[in-house]
Amino acid sequence: MADNTGNGQKTNGLPRIGFYICHCGSNIAGIIDVVAVAKFAETLPGVVVSREYKYMCSDPGQELIAQDIKEHKLERIVVASCSPNLHEETFRKAAQKGGLNPFYFQMVNIREHASWVHENKAAATLKAKDLCRAAIYRVRLHKALEKRRVPVNPDVLVVGGGIAGIHAALTLANAGKKVTLVEREATIGGHMAMFDKTFPTLDCAACILTPKMSAVKSHPNITLWTYSEVEKVDGYVGSYEVTVKRKPRYIKEDLCVGCMECIEACVFKEAKVPDAFNQGLSKRRPIYIDFPQATPKVVVIDPATCINVKTGKCKKTCVEACDRDAIDFTQKEEKVQLKVGTIVLATGFKPFDPKKSPHYGYGKYPGVFTALEIERLVNASGPTSGEVLTRDGRHPKAVGIIHCVGSRDEKTNKWCSRVCCMYSLKLAHLIKEHSGAEVYNFYIDMRAPGKAYEEFYEKLLSEGVHFIRGRVAEVTDWAMTKEEEGKLVLRVEDTLAGFVRRVPVDMVVLATGLVPQSDAGDVRRVFNIGCGKEGFFQERHPKLAPVNTFTDGVFIAGACQAPKDIPDTVAQAGAAAAEALALVDAGFVELEPNTSYVLEEECCGCKNCIPLCPYTAISFDETKKKADINEVLCKGCGVCAAACPSGSIVQNLFEDAEIYSEIEGVLAR
Amino acid sequence: MSEKPKVAFYWCAACGGCDEAVVDLAEGILDVVAAVDIVLWPVAMDFKKADIEARPDKSILVSFINGSIRSSEQVEWVRLLRKKSQLVISFGTCAGGGGIPALANEFSREEILKYVYETCPSNVNESKVRPGPTPVAHNGDGSALTLPELHEQVRSLDQVVAVDYYLPGCPPTPKIIAAAVGALLSGKMPPPGTVLSPDKALCDECRRKDSKPADLSLAEFKRPHQMHIDPEKCLLAQGLLCMGGSTRSGCEALCPEGNMPCTGCFGPTSRVRDKGAKVVSAILSNIAADEPEAIDKILDTFPDPVGTLYRYGFSKAMLRRKQDD
Repeated sequence: MADNTGNGQKTNGLPRIGFYICHCGSNIAGIIDVVAVAKFAETLPGVVVSREYKYMCSDPGQELIAQDIKEHKLERIVVASCSPNLHEETFRKAAQKGGLNPFYFQMVNIREHASWVHENKAAATLKAKDLCRAAIYRVRLHKALEKRRVPVNPDVLVVGGGIAGIHAALTLANAGKKVTLVEREATIGGHMAMFDKTFPTLDCAACILTPKMSAVKSHPNITLWTYSEVEKVDGYVGSYEVTVKRKPRYIKEDLCVGCMECIEACVFKEAKVPDAFNQGLSKRRPIYIDFPQATPKVVVIDPATCINVKTGKCKKTCVEACDRDAIDFTQKEEKVQLKVGTIVLATGFKPFDPKKSPHYGYGKYPGVFTALEIERLVNASGPTSGEVLTRDGRHPKAVGIIHCVGSRDEKTNKWCSRVCCMYSLKLAHLIKEHSGAEVYNFYIDMRAPGKAYEEFYEKLLSEGVHFIRGRVAEVTDWAMTKEEEGKLVLRVEDTLAGFVRRVPVDMVVLATGLVPQSDAGDVRRVFNIGCGKEGFFQERHPKLAPVNTFTDGVFIAGACQAPKDIPDTVAQAGAAAAEALALVDAGFVELEPNTSYVLEEECCGCKNCIPLCPYTAISFDETKKKADINEVLCKGCGVCAAACPSGSIVQNLFEDAEIYSEIEGVLAR
Repeated sequence: MSEKPKVAFYWCAACGGCDEAVVDLAEGILDVVAAVDIVLWPVAMDFKKADIEARPDKSILVSFINGSIRSSEQVEWVRLLRKKSQLVISFGTCAGGGGIPALANEFSREEILKYVYETCPSNVNESKVRPGPTPVAHNGDGSALTLPELHEQVRSLDQVVAVDYYLPGCPPTPKIIAAAVGALLSGKMPPPGTVLSPDKALCDECRRKDSKPADLSLAEFKRPHQMHIDPEKCLLAQGLLCMGGSTRSGCEALCPEGNMPCTGCFGPTSRVRDKGAKVVSAILSNIAADEPEAIDKILDTFPDPVGTLYRYGFSKAMLRRKQDD
């Protein structure tokens, strides 16, 4: 270690700067002449200590900074090493340990920005010098800043009552936190409640889900609001104010016990309304309950079809039938306010609409079904009590399952929906078991990367299910032979055998992919989070922050983030709950001080900044006629500071003077 | 001779409007004349360079200099006045930031001279004579003519000599001139370097401010002659490139009052280093489109970017000037 300390240079009133350059083993020193850079830095005005060291991030490296601050009365620190993403916090702490405000520090990234991206040693060294000079010029202007702490409300909001929301809510509630679970349907359970079995274990979905649903209902720490939607979210991490719209179900939830006598008593003797829970394969009455284990087990009246709600003229036989007086037609939509500190979003997915792939004939041929319809058909409490029947009531002798409908497809969605291969195998097994039909799987690739998934595929291969590798071109009823008459024919190039097949079947199952909810765009705006181009919610980091979002205190779990199966969803829900818990149990959040503020006297009130803030942190004070930035909401992106036409917004750590001096420094060669 | 303070007015590369602005003080000028001795005012009074050269250094209380600096003669004059004056006040936007003449920095000197003396269609100059410091034989009687040298660059006054105060505007308004003169004579001047006008943007003084929506979502930029301008509504909201938000106040929103957008003659606030860059960030962040093609379409309606954004301050822009190849 060359000791370049104590050069005796007078600083002429400039702050006394300590400069440190890291070898990072050979990561930096292999390309950049670190000794030369250190000697160069020593010549710059204000630098009183200049050192190079093997690993600045090591304990001795940090200690060196702290020691020098005391010994040489350093007022500013510059470390040239790796990315601030990695070690900015480390060196700020080292500066603080030495008694300096941690923001009297500037980091220079000469690894990612120089040594790793250049081969010419001399040029890389020159570039490193320029970058270091920029930091030294800039750090002189740094100001002492303080991190602020804001308290975190311990209550949590979970949005979405599918398996992700259920699991997150239970985890949080079991940890003693008060949770409000908001679900827009009349019952929780989500898509999982519609499934018959789960792959690869063939566990009955209801058997493993319903205990968790009842646990949610009975948990003392969980408030369950079904038939409700979050309409508005104000505030910031630790202190969100949420407005929830509670739709009238015309039933007093606390009185209804779910005996369902009102349903039997409805003036509609015959059920006429397509049952959404059964994918429209059966009918229900205007007063109904989705399924026997619906939670809460409370009926609901559909305002679109109930005669009394629509016209007020009905005999109200349902009211007579209810001996608990639970039916209440006077209910109105309510807006309820809620204060929480953190939010877990688990709003799930929507199956791909197969009508967007018209060559598969969904909606045209009655023999074509979606996978979710088959889930209901094979379910014992489904519309056919578990019998696999075509829409005209026939037992199919041959069934074709088409994989990747609305997935891995240039024309619709490019992504792999991850679950369809496996659920297709499951449905193949169940269809064969329930109907004895020949089952053909048409797949592009078989994707079975989960625990025991490949083994499940092996099992299906041995069960006599047929596998044909190829993307089905079309489903048609145009028969070319006598055998094909009255059948649906799948035309497909068998890419293993190398010729085009025509496979006649009685029933076609479309393994539809997973797509974002239709209103995912609105939802993400309500919660102020981002989404990818396909519309799934954007995580903060694809690897290292998969359940965090760019809005602090808002976490995402399950298929709203990307298609995933139940085990992954549950794991993510647990992770989201844990992230929320970490915030709640810390009790406060520390805010980075690189926020913007308005110079109140100078602001002319032109409102230019207000629509630009991606975090809605800026509001207009109508009495003062000035812009006002909520420091807690501000993420320090700098958009407002750049866009303020009169320069009346300042961003800490990125003040114009600091940026200009950095530019001057980099160009001063 | 009286012992009244001595005051000089001088003009450099300017249109004369700044001198007119002094006259616009109307009866107020009588108070000024009563309080001071004017020792130089080329537009109105007959003094020679020798008169100023003969004065002792610092004997003039204040020189008000307007116009930008682009010739050797102007440099000589402002250096002389600096030497003889206690205070130099940059008067008007040309002295302050280069003004309209500084838009010449968009072209090289050679391009300008070539066009003006050779290729301009209204010229007849077969021998391609160009005036300058080198004596040129006059066509008629054989006598030699010299003219001051034209510089490569149009500069603001403070890029040539030290300036104590700035009066912004094209021209400065009677109100801010009177306020400056009053402060000067009473000895109540702010710290040196100050621009003698409020350091707040013009929207603050504009009565249309309340009609400005928070979200402009500009879909098109319009020019005043292309439309009927609503006399009440925020001009920016009407699609006109009003510079009020980025321009120093003090003029009492004269142009918006006259139903025309602010063109920015009072220059930026003290907090803005490059006005054009600032306006680009400010206004363009408010255009309605997201896709590159749609953005380009809107930008196509943005008239003369440099001339619009740097109309009065191109000498101070970070873009600097065009160089000869």
